Amino acid sequence: MITFEHVEKTYPARGAGAPVHALTDIDLTIERGEIYGIIGRSGAGKSTLLRTVNLLEKPTSGRVLVDGVDITGLSPAQLREARHSIGMIFQHFNLLSSRTVFDNVALPLELAGVKKAQIKETVEPLLELVGLTDKRDRYPAELSGGQKQRVGIARALASKPKVLLSDEATSALDPETTEQILHLLADINKRLGLTIVLITHEIAVIKEICHKVAVMEGGKIIEKGPVFDIFAHPKHATTHTFVDPVINRGIPDSLKERLSATEVPESNIVLRITFTGERATSPVISAISRKLNLDLNIWHGQIDEIQGAPFGTLVVEAIGNPQSIEAAISLLKVNKLGVEVLGYAVPGNLRAAV
Amino acid sequence: MLSPEIYALLFKALLDTLHMVAVSGILGTLLGLPIGVLLAVTGRGELLQNLVFNRVVGAIVNMTRSTPFIILVVAIIPFTRLVAGTSIGTTAAIVPLTVAATPFIARIVEGAIREVDRGLIEAAQAMGATPFQIIRKVLLPEAMPAIALGLTLSAVSLIGYSAMVGAVGGGGLGDLGIRYGYQRFLPEVMLAVVVVLIVLVQIVQSTGDWIARRVNKRNLKS
Repeated sequence: MITFEHVEKTYPARGAGAPVHALTDIDLTIERGEIYGIIGRSGAGKSTLLRTVNLLEKPTSGRVLVDGVDITGLSPAQLREARHSIGMIFQHFNLLSSRTVFDNVALPLELAGVKKAQIKETVEPLLELVGLTDKRDRYPAELSGGQKQRVGIARALASKPKVLLSDEATSALDPETTEQILHLLADINKRLGLTIVLITHEIAVIKEICHKVAVMEGGKIIEKGPVFDIFAHPKHATTHTFVDPVINRGIPDSLKERLSATEVPESNIVLRITFTGERATSPVISAISRKLNLDLNIWHGQIDEIQGAPFGTLVVEAIGNPQSIEAAISLLKVNKLGVEVLGYAVPGNLRAAV
Repeated sequence: MLSPEIYALLFKALLDTLHMVAVSGILGTLLGLPIGVLLAVTGRGELLQNLVFNRVVGAIVNMTRSTPFIILVVAIIPFTRLVAGTSIGTTAAIVPLTVAATPFIARIVEGAIREVDRGLIEAAQAMGATPFQIIRKVLLPEAMPAIALGLTLSAVSLIGYSAMVGAVGGGGLGDLGIRYGYQRFLPEVMLAVVVVLIVLVQIVQSTGDWIARRVNKRNLKS
């Protein structure tokens, strides 16, 4: 649905400073019907990237294809036409204070020259969809933040777009309202088959509704893929900083003190085993323990759910002979579980720590 | 206290003032509004950036605004004659008043439009709006409360200016005050003129405030 090909954006130098590379060699494909999240800190370039889709930002080089059309090669009139099929919602809603809820939602239709009667026919079901039928004649100043964003969503949907761009749409909302708005977006995605591209700095938003995610830093995409994979196996350090707080992969501090990076006499190996998908529920651990005569001392465990699929981590101290431990690790790998050696448990501190 | 003749003169002068202020105010708005919009949208980084146009028009506006009104009245007498056929009287006074009001209103409109949240322009662009549609459907309606207050300010200034054109034979309340109150030394006429002007300004300001409140939907109680 949307393809970025070698997209670059460079802002010319201001005075003596160096030119700013806002986007560097972005290649990304977003499929029809996907909710694609782009996460990054402020200044990572995510907002600039999102704005190249409707050409609010013109790439310095590269192409952006929306539904097969190169948006960078259109005439101004063709671009305006193309923008009718790309809806956008904003962090600060950007509603016209001088227009009622109904008239705000009607604005894109008015701009497209749609007749009054037809505008009414389109706007009213949209107000119902976002649950604001009773607010139709109110002004934005009379609405809460969540209601304003609902108006923004209805307005973005008015011209029946194929793509919805969401620019930090929940960042100005409280957690509860954020949840409601995200559910509304997920619902719209399912019901209308709308492709949604959203940018955010909140990993919870990605975890909640996105199918795929791209992580941006310094104008580059440093990691991308299905949300589950990125959460289960983050590779880049920045991705870790986003994912780790919501997926508790660490171990408690009291246990950390017992951990030595190198093997010391009488120490036992400590493993982190990660379970993903349906394997999170199969009884591999107890099977290994029985078959190989290993004692597994569980330090820490957690099961999360990402996109409806279970994802678990288990930190264990394996007590047994080295051959059995070797065999256990390869058996876990055969079973497609993630295994990682965290270090070695120092026996001397055992009682002190427990 | 005042003789009936003076009352009649006062009434006539009030009508003259209203005539001058209304006509020059309307003409000034008709001319100043589009100039203000163009100044706002042709600035750096704006919708229709055109720095040459912006600087040239901006310079003309500044020149007119930096000329003291009383000097402007005298300086453009040839132009006034050309337009009004005469340089004396109420109709003639409308010409310099309009010339002074237009750049004043243009700057007020420009300021009001620049105050409109840029996010709204971006949102409208994202909807595929043409620059003209953005001006008509977004910028002007959103700037309307500020424009209404600005036009009120202009009207009040015009009442003051209209008193000055009295000095060069323009008629109106200022003229009455100068000729009867000052030159013939009739302090009660001067007082009456001042009172009428005060009341007039109060009415204009209150009406303007009321309109601005009506068009402002930003501070509604929920």
